[in-house]
Amino acid sequence: MLFDYETYKLIWWAFVGVLLLGFALTDGFDFGVGIALPFVGRTDTERRIVINTIGATWEGNQTWLITAGGALFAAWPLVYAAAFSGFYVALLLCLFALFFRPVGFDYRNKLQDPRWRNTWDWCLFAGGFVPPVIFGVAFGNLLQGVPFRYDDMLRLEYTGTFFDLLNPFGLLCGVLALAMLSLHGATWLQQKTEGAVAERARLMAMGAAAATIVLFAAGGLWIAKGIEGYRIVSMPDANSVFLPAAKSVTRATGAWLDNFARWPLLWLLPVLGLGGAALACLFSAARRSLPAFLASGLAVSGVVLTAGAAMFPFVMPSSLLPAHSLTAWDAVSSHRTLSVMFWVVIVMLPIVSLYTGWVYRVMRGKVTHQHIQDNTHTAY
Amino acid sequence: MPPLDDVVALSRLQFAATALYHFLFVPLTLGLAWILFIMESVYVMTGRQVYKDMTQFWGKLFGINFAMGVTTGITMEFQFGTNWAYYSHYVGDIFGAPLAIEGLMAFFLESTMVGLFFLGWNRLSKRKHLMVTFCVALGSSLSALWILIANGWMNHPVGAAFNFDTMRMELVSIAEVIFNPVAQVKFVHTAAAGYVTASMFVLGISALYLLKARDVQFALRSFAIAAAFGLASTLSVIVLGDESGYTAGEVNKVKLAAIEAAWETQPAPAGLTLFGFPDDEQQKTHYAVELPWVLGLIATRSTDGQVIGLKELREQNEARIRTGMQAYAALLRLKRGDKSPEAKAAFDAVKADLGYGLLLKKYTPNVVDASEAQIKQAAADTIPKVAPLFWSFRGMVFLGFLFLFIFSAAVWFMVRRNLAPQRWLLKLCVIAIPLPWVAAELGWVVAEYGRQPWTIAGVLPTHLSASSLSPGSLWFSLFGFLGFYTLLLVVEMGLMFKYAKLGPASLHTGRYHGEAGSGTPEHLAEDQIAAV
Repeated sequence: MLFDYETYKLIWWAFVGVLLLGFALTDGFDFGVGIALPFVGRTDTERRIVINTIGATWEGNQTWLITAGGALFAAWPLVYAAAFSGFYVALLLCLFALFFRPVGFDYRNKLQDPRWRNTWDWCLFAGGFVPPVIFGVAFGNLLQGVPFRYDDMLRLEYTGTFFDLLNPFGLLCGVLALAMLSLHGATWLQQKTEGAVAERARLMAMGAAAATIVLFAAGGLWIAKGIEGYRIVSMPDANSVFLPAAKSVTRATGAWLDNFARWPLLWLLPVLGLGGAALACLFSAARRSLPAFLASGLAVSGVVLTAGAAMFPFVMPSSLLPAHSLTAWDAVSSHRTLSVMFWVVIVMLPIVSLYTGWVYRVMRGKVTHQHIQDNTHTAY
Repeated sequence: MPPLDDVVALSRLQFAATALYHFLFVPLTLGLAWILFIMESVYVMTGRQVYKDMTQFWGKLFGINFAMGVTTGITMEFQFGTNWAYYSHYVGDIFGAPLAIEGLMAFFLESTMVGLFFLGWNRLSKRKHLMVTFCVALGSSLSALWILIANGWMNHPVGAAFNFDTMRMELVSIAEVIFNPVAQVKFVHTAAAGYVTASMFVLGISALYLLKARDVQFALRSFAIAAAFGLASTLSVIVLGDESGYTAGEVNKVKLAAIEAAWETQPAPAGLTLFGFPDDEQQKTHYAVELPWVLGLIATRSTDGQVIGLKELREQNEARIRTGMQAYAALLRLKRGDKSPEAKAAFDAVKADLGYGLLLKKYTPNVVDASEAQIKQAAADTIPKVAPLFWSFRGMVFLGFLFLFIFSAAVWFMVRRNLAPQRWLLKLCVIAIPLPWVAAELGWVVAEYGRQPWTIAGVLPTHLSASSLSPGSLWFSLFGFLGFYTLLLVVEMGLMFKYAKLGPASLHTGRYHGEAGSGTPEHLAEDQIAAV
């Protein structure tokens, strides 16, 4: 095996980050487009324009989520098991909302009836609206810790309920994710459409950018002043095999800023989040759509990475028994599995990126009224 | 705290329902993708428009089905974590790998390219579009390969060992997991069954057009491709998908014996029970019709290999449960901190049967204090009910031979250019459209019901695998799944029927049946569907 266990554990923290970021950056604007659909598109043709900006590519984008799920299973099986069974009802609601997208995109244009099409438009809206809120709420709760512990056979006991997740900070993070991905979707639409649709998307982008800035800043202050973070007091050698319960952990207000104090360069991440959103707003105001989209990508990256960096090495802290918290050091697969899967990712991810890039190149350019009229029986 | 019995039962029901729903769409995707590739290849080679129309029309039906495959497939990637959390912890080190590889190597390819298949016709050269179609077909079959490697490992868990420090199974050899003989047989059988499903789908709908004497040239060419591809696929299913896959692995021996209602171990080579009424109570098969020798030949590929009967298998399992109790006791000693070489050696000597010991957890949490009656009960649990397996398997095999007959007859009359008068055959093709789905679902019942009481054969019992959820959560999700899936299935079927009836006229090329004049049947049909 090329690296020692500790190095693979670190690499896999980064890989999970890359997959989740890939999901947020690509499927993120699909969610935003879904949210925008009923408002930015007023007529059937306008809505078809909106849908066709992502029609050929959203499915590949969603695969980042599927792959992140598989990668969690393979590399962090304890996290996969604890997060998905713990957040059971929330995750199910997210799945039910996701059901609408594959069928919505493909079935909407198959019948002419306006009621049929309008129904699917709202289904696509739900498919764009619900998942970001739930992912945001889930991250908001991870930052506060969730109530679980293990017995001596390593069986998980989760004592929280769905409604416990809907606490003020969790909801703030849910709305932040909604605003952030609305921004991302709106800047995408600005870039891929023209005329009235692009103009409405531009206004939506500016509003969403402002909301992202306010909510992200508020969440940051809350983290610094009002929320107890988690801190590892002692743990076995990171290069060894050990169970979550083998370490000791304390909670303290402001502990999520430890990593920023230790590596001050990390402050660039929240700056990127705030600055990216501000730039996206300014570029939208100046009708510079491509820079606006790139800036919103920076904002998404900054926000997601800020949360990840604040929590490192924690992944799923336990509020019930902090020592049982899951971290990148103890929630992982065996050395061999991490090594095998490392090579799979190293080989496959560049290939995936290459052909995904090619598909985007083929589908480049704006979607126009003319395009929908010319392809009325084949376009979505 | 282990999950409640209700929760285990509901979790099983939910998994069975969501997996069977998902597999309504998978086989058609698997096969139709290759049929589209064949049609489009002919188009690229000959340049004849009708083959492009065929690719686009069958592609529309492919799309309607594909969307539901993706919708029901998302669930599968997350359901191990949501409902089978202890399973995910216990075997994630091995089982997670093929799922992650499936995402990276197969599903990414399939779902990135499928958008270009539908929307890239005007943006790509002929050859590039053909390459896209090829990638979709390759991606979907590769996807099946990795999923069946994962499923094969559940039935025959090779290349892994238990680690008492982490309380889970860990990977020893990824090559053994990938080249697991059970997985290989399963892949060939399942993929080929998907090809049969799609062939019958195209064959049946084309036959419908031929019966109505509409779009004849279009239908004949589609019929020809489906018949040839279907015949080759059916032969693969039957020849490569026989019972040879069931000889590897302990639980597969139970499955094989149950499928054949082999209560007693017969002297080799064993006879094959063609027909009969298995009786679990009396442990015998009433009115059995037997073919001497055949089972032994098929199952062991030899005249001296033995097919072990259910009674003997249960006795063997009872012995392993007793060893499993020792394994559990030795594990407890290690867990309490005695890591001496003797303690490890004591555990190593019996750890192969730890999973059998865990079967007792259903009856007593401490395992080591199980009573005689509990041990007997746990041993009885290792033998599944015979009748469901016996009948499911026979139903599947009967359908397989029916498909062989239909495809052979189709090819025969096509080659003799005498198809049109054979209205009985064309009608049979239409009636047979849903039957491959029945065969596929029966096949999964055999494979998965036959694996009980295990999730991982011989390693992890089903009742330990489930998440410790509340029954209320399970009812919520079960109703949610059934409600959404059923609603969407109705919509999907409605669209499928509408477009199959419309035929190639749905492409609006002006060349096909029903396209001339205003107030065409198409508009009527649309209004009717919309009203529903």
